Order: sequence, then structure tokens, then C-alpha cells
Amino acid sequence: MRRLETAAAWLLGFLWILPLLYAVWTAFHAAEFSTRFSLAAPLTLDNFRRAWEAAPFARYFLNSFMLVTMVLSAQLVLCTLAAYSFARYEFRGKDTAFVLVLLQLMIMPDVLIVENYRTMSRMGVLDSVPAIALPYVASAFGIFLLRQTFKTVPRELDEAARVEGAGALRILWSVYVPLARPVYLAYGLVSVSYHWNNFLWPLIVTNSVTSRPVTVGLQVFSSGDQGIDWSIITAATLMSCGPLLVAFLLFQRQFVQSFMRAGIR
Amino acid sequence: MSRNAVHGWLLLLPALAFLALFTHWPVLGTIWDSFHATPKGGRPAPWVGLENYQVMLSDEVFWQSLRNNLWYALGTIPVSIALAMLMALWVNSAMRGRTWLRMAFFTPTILPMIAVANIWLFFYTPQYGLLDQFLSLFGAGGRNWLGDPSTALACVIVVAIWKEAGFFMIFYLAALQAIPPSLAEAAAIEGASRGYYFRRVVFPLLMPTTLFVMVNAVINSVRLVDHIFVMTRGGPNNATSLLLYYVYSVGFSFWDTAYAAALTIVLLVLLAAAAIGQFVFLDKRVHYQ
Repeated sequence: MRRLETAAAWLLGFLWILPLLYAVWTAFHAAEFSTRFSLAAPLTLDNFRRAWEAAPFARYFLNSFMLVTMVLSAQLVLCTLAAYSFARYEFRGKDTAFVLVLLQLMIMPDVLIVENYRTMSRMGVLDSVPAIALPYVASAFGIFLLRQTFKTVPRELDEAARVEGAGALRILWSVYVPLARPVYLAYGLVSVSYHWNNFLWPLIVTNSVTSRPVTVGLQVFSSGDQGIDWSIITAATLMSCGPLLVAFLLFQRQFVQSFMRAGIR
Repeated sequence: MSRNAVHGWLLLLPALAFLALFTHWPVLGTIWDSFHATPKGGRPAPWVGLENYQVMLSDEVFWQSLRNNLWYALGTIPVSIALAMLMALWVNSAMRGRTWLRMAFFTPTILPMIAVANIWLFFYTPQYGLLDQFLSLFGAGGRNWLGDPSTALACVIVVAIWKEAGFFMIFYLAALQAIPPSLAEAAAIEGASRGYYFRRVVFPLLMPTTLFVMVNAVINSVRLVDHIFVMTRGGPNNATSLLLYYVYSVGFSFWDTAYAAALTIVLLVLLAAAAIGQFVFLDKRVHYQ
């Protein structure tokens, strides 16, 4: 019985990884082997070279990199300040403000595409990397996560720092932020993978090479005039997942623990 | 106001300003726009009352998208939750190769949906795709899975399940690790079978996690449409058109922004219903703690 269960688990695991294995096979072999499986098939990097040359992927990667850096750094600053306020200050209207923040957990910018497009167009920032980033920089999820963490910091640490004459921001920076480091790591990984993978909003708000992230670039590339050369398309696909996939395989434990930590509230 | 209160508001201000600009204001704007016509040539849009909603009621594609979305939710939510639970139980047990299994299950989570859709498109391709090649071994190949309105939605659902289950597994894994081992020992001493222990102890203890995961799954069934762009573009014959995809095509292919706003309202109502559902369920949660 136990053995049967192990077999079932392995079968499911194999099925789960199968599409990816298939893509790896196709990307690393010449086109004539893309649907024929033979151990004698020679490995090649030619598909990657051709995909890289067929579209400005270097620029797409740069845009994606700028996007995740911009979003994450703005999120860290805004969420830290707001979370500190919610965790340690008492003032009228605080509960209302908190509800207004939590609203974003349900109504994400992802569904407000029509109005946000209009806002970007009024601001005159359409087709730029900041336009992709702006709707996401104030993150309810980040504020909530950090607030929960800051609340667990003992008040004595706070008071000890205050006695030494430190101001509020100084205390935040030297007491709270260091103590929340694992949560920052968790949030950072979740945020980076979310924004690296995000597609719909960037598709809407960008329309040129200079601002498209990798996901949109990949879609433009694979729905363009490539015909259906699966070897090249799978090579481009693997390239676009590459950085996250490699990071995940190297730091598997941190990734899983981060997603776990970010999920338990 | 005390100095403390001023500081509190100042710290909140930057985040609240961005939230107001990109979440609260757009919600109000969507409501406002849904009662107006689409503006043409710089003139202000005229008030049309409920006209957009009347158009919606007689719009076949809208109803089909709503139906599709309902099936999409009904197809993905229960299956991905059940699989996630099963995966977590396996990965949490003393099974051989469980690190490898955990990696296999979790990998889809960190891949971009759009890239994954390319891989699955290839997988489903008639004749060349792995699925058809496998089926042709049994003489059942030659089927255009994504081109047939009767199978296309199911194919899209499978991709969503594949993408989500490993993500949900993580939450179950965390919950399972929080169950004290003494419970399993006590059950073993009492001679309870594994099935009984799961039904009577583990499953109820996982309930809060299940509710949390379910809310996430509901939101995802509205939000997760990226793969439609690559795999079917809503076709064939609107068989895979989901609501958010339909909002996109009305708003950004036909540029009928007023009607797109009215459609967005439907999405917002569905999300609000999910929020209220979570609020109601929160009471039940207390039972198990």
C-alpha cells in the first residue's frame, strides 16, 4: 500500500514536471528532433542563439530588471512606513485607513485595467517602465505582512532606543527593520516573481521595445512571424523563465519558505 | 490632533496616496464611466444611464464569458485544492524523494503564466504535440484539443490547475507542520487507521487553511487569464473567453471603454462577493482554533 502510494506520488510529480522537460528537450535539440525522441540526438544551443538574435531580448531583460527593481524598492519604502504607522501609532481614523488598505487585497490593480490605463494616459507616462510599476508600488499585502511582524517587536526595545534619544524614523530603521529581515526576504522573493511574471497590465500599457518586459516581449515574439518553429519558441520561453528558474533551483529551500511565510498571516 | 497622530498620518500618507490614485479612484471612476457613453473626439462623454448594462444583458458573448468563467472556477478550485492537499500530505510524509517531489510540484508557481502557456500550446498541438503523440500510441490521436469548442475550456482549466496546485500545497505544508506530532501518536495508540486519523483530525485542523486557499483560488479564477492570450485568444467561437479577457478585448481591441467599465463592475461585484464570503467564513474559523 505504502509502495503504491509512493509510486502514485512519483507519477504525479513526473506529470507535473513533464511539460517543462518537454520544453527543455525541444529547446536543446535541432528542429528535426523536436517531436522525435532519440538518445542519439545531438545537443545544441543553436535555438537559443537564433531566438536571441530574432528579437531584442537583451532590452526586454533590462526592462524587466528595471521594473522589478523599481517596484520592489518603492514597495519596501512605502510599506515599511505605513506598516510602522499601523503597528505603533494610535490616531483617529486608523481603522478606516486600514480597511481602505485591505481593500486592495480583493480588488487588485489587475482588474482595474481600463481606468488605470486612462490615468496613465492623462499623466502622459504611457509606454514606459514606471507606468507598469506605479499601480503596484503601494501594496496592501506588503503593508499587512510587515504590520503583523512589527507588532511582535517588544516595546521595551522601542523605549530603550527612545531613552537614548533616537527619533521615530531612527528607531524604525535600527530596531524594526533589522528584526523583520526574514519577512523582507520573503516579501521580496514573492514580489519579484510576481512582477517578473506579470503580463496583462504590461501588455496594455506598453507598445514599444524600449518599455516591454520579457513576458510581453515573449508573447510578441511567439505570436509574430515565427511561423510555428517550436524549437525557437521553446528556447525563447525557457530564456524568459531562466533567471527565476535558476534562482529557484539554487535556493529552493529559501523560496519555499518565503512563499510559506508570506502566506501565513 | 496630537503630535503622535500627525506622525502616524504622515507615515501612512505616501502609501495611501498611491492606493487612492490606483485603487480607490479607479473603482469610483469605473462606476462613473459605466453610466456614460465612450467619449469620442475630445468631447465629454454623455450620460447614458443604464444603457451599457442593457447592452450587457443582451450581449451573448458576455453571458458566454460569464458561463465560461463559472465553469473555469468550478473546474479549477476544487481540483487544485484537493491536489494541493494530497501533494502536501505526500511531501510532508517520510516518502522517498520528497525533496524532489516538492520541487516538481512547486516549479510551475514561479514560471510566468505566459511562458507556461507557450509550452502547453506545444503540448496540445495536433500531431506534433506530446499529448497527441502519446494518444496516437493507442490509436486515439489526431484531435485538435484547443481548436474544438467542446474541449478547449477543459484544456485551459488543466493549465490553471497545474499552475496553482503547487502554490496552494505550500500553505497546506505549513499547516501540516504546525500539527503537533503527539496527535498522530495518540491516534496510533488508540489504533485509529490512517484514513480515520486524516478525516477526523488532520482535515478539520486544515480547515482554516482551506478557507484561506479557497479565497485565493476564487480571486485567481477571476485574475488568471494570461494563458488565454497565447493558447486560444478566447476562441474557438468564444469557448474560452473569460470575463477579464473579455474586458480586455472590449476595452483595448474595440476601444469601447464605457462598456468595458460596465463589464469591470461585474468583476468587482464578484470579487466583493468573495470578500463577504471570507468575512462570513471567518466566524467558522474560530471553531477550529
